[in-house]
Amino acid sequence: MSDGILLPVVDEDGAPFWEGTRLGELRMQRCSECARFRFPPRPMCPWCRSTASEWPALSGRGIVWSFAVSHPPLLPAYAELAPYNTVVVALDEDPSLRLVGNLIAAAGAPINSVDPATIEIGEPIQVVFDRVSDDIVLPRWTRP
Amino acid sequence: MTNSIKDRTAIVGIGQTPFAKNLDGSEKRLACEAIVAALDDAGIDASEVDALASYTMEVTEEVEIAKNIGAGDVTYFSQIGYGGGAGCATIGHLAMAVATGQAEVGVAWRSRKRGSGGRPWANTVAQLPTPAQWTRPWGLLRPSDEIALLTRRYMHEYGATRDHLANVALACRAHANRNPGAMMFERTLTRDQYMSARWISEPLCLFDNCLETDGALACVIVSAERARDCRQPPVYIHSFGQGLPSQHHTMVNYWSDDPLGAPARACARRLWAGADFGPAEVKVAQIYDAFTSLIPLSLEGYGFCERGEGGPFTDDGAIELGGRLPVNTSGGGLSEAYVHGFNLINEGVRQMRGTSTAQVEGADTCLVTAGEGVPTSAMLLRK
Ligand SMILES: [Zn+2]
Repeated sequence: MSDGILLPVVDEDGAPFWEGTRLGELRMQRCSECARFRFPPRPMCPWCRSTASEWPALSGRGIVWSFAVSHPPLLPAYAELAPYNTVVVALDEDPSLRLVGNLIAAAGAPINSVDPATIEIGEPIQVVFDRVSDDIVLPRWTRP
Repeated sequence: MTNSIKDRTAIVGIGQTPFAKNLDGSEKRLACEAIVAALDDAGIDASEVDALASYTMEVTEEVEIAKNIGAGDVTYFSQIGYGGGAGCATIGHLAMAVATGQAEVGVAWRSRKRGSGGRPWANTVAQLPTPAQWTRPWGLLRPSDEIALLTRRYMHEYGATRDHLANVALACRAHANRNPGAMMFERTLTRDQYMSARWISEPLCLFDNCLETDGALACVIVSAERARDCRQPPVYIHSFGQGLPSQHHTMVNYWSDDPLGAPARACARRLWAGADFGPAEVKVAQIYDAFTSLIPLSLEGYGFCERGEGGPFTDDGAIELGGRLPVNTSGGGLSEAYVHGFNLINEGVRQMRGTSTAQVEGADTCLVTAGEGVPTSAMLLRK
């Protein structure tokens, strides 16, 4: 897939996240001083003002915090797949860490592969990785 | 509070172009037409304008406005960010400038060809850098998609329903049906039509989304003393606030401890602290409505009801003319025009003048708010 889909423009703050997905890991930024996670990634910890951070790999497990189902008008590459879902995933290690993604039927399946009527807030989901370009691997989500 | 701006400035002129899906003329020309109309309304010559304020998203800069309308030396100018969140702040910044003697005649405006000029979300070059790398690749493309995720969660946590959202859409439409200047003046809307409308981003349907409009509006602000000599009765700026909540993320507020804690809450604290009255004394409100679900959030944030009660608040015609708190009496962004919320400001002024097409009897106080879900602003107007 992936022709015409929007690719992230990776910046200095977010680069370690995208390095992680290329290796099949869901890495999140954690303060080296106070050990709190933060997202989106940024240079300074808002709780202790440390600029030291590390990027541990997480379990990749979470729950559906919310979801939407997009219908046209959309950009062409997305309109082809509409209606498709987007989900916000609350991660098990810290439920205030929430990632936008898609719930799909299985690794590699398209973003319209799950019937939206079956999606429920609170259901457990598991990360899978989808290479969408030479450099970019997107995390997506499946039912365990 | 001896240094308060309370009632020390007033809006004395309002102006606007027609609203339509496609207007002739550039945004620059429309802006100048609206500004000159507002100055005529006030009875103030454009050469006296010495303060200008607008949105960072405004394409016509101050130097262009000043040399088109023939302003004199401009000694205060300000642009406020975050899209629709800027609305009331354009007025508030001018009120602060005039109250502190930095300027004497302020003009705020917004001109936008959002009807014919293309959709900002379709510009993929502009939207991909931070923080869009965390949302766009998965197909979260439009403001409607971003707010749909918060709306679904809001409905889940508090039991709000599509009927509550329909209450908002129908109230705005009923008010627009009384306003000959509204884009939806001649188009009625029923609950059945709402419930069977096509989806845009579930749980938001077509009628949960604002209009796409070409148009421009402007306001003139002077001191309370000068206002008494103007052509129109003064509408006093009683209180003003801005709000950028702790750990807030614009539009995609999924990453804070309290994603449904609306920016209105931060703004409201400052707004009410500067006022002589509270929510119970507000007779009419113009509340930012790019999406229907923003209205319950703002009703809660500005203290008209408890958290989670914004949906039920809209029941039984409470936000329609004749109800407890008529909202968006010209039709709002959903049914009059979507010009980044500036039409809400002009309608607030008309309510205080007694000239609205959906006039609330005895209205002497009005809340006007700006974009919800983004760093925002609000003000209280009074007669
Ligand atoms: Zn820290």
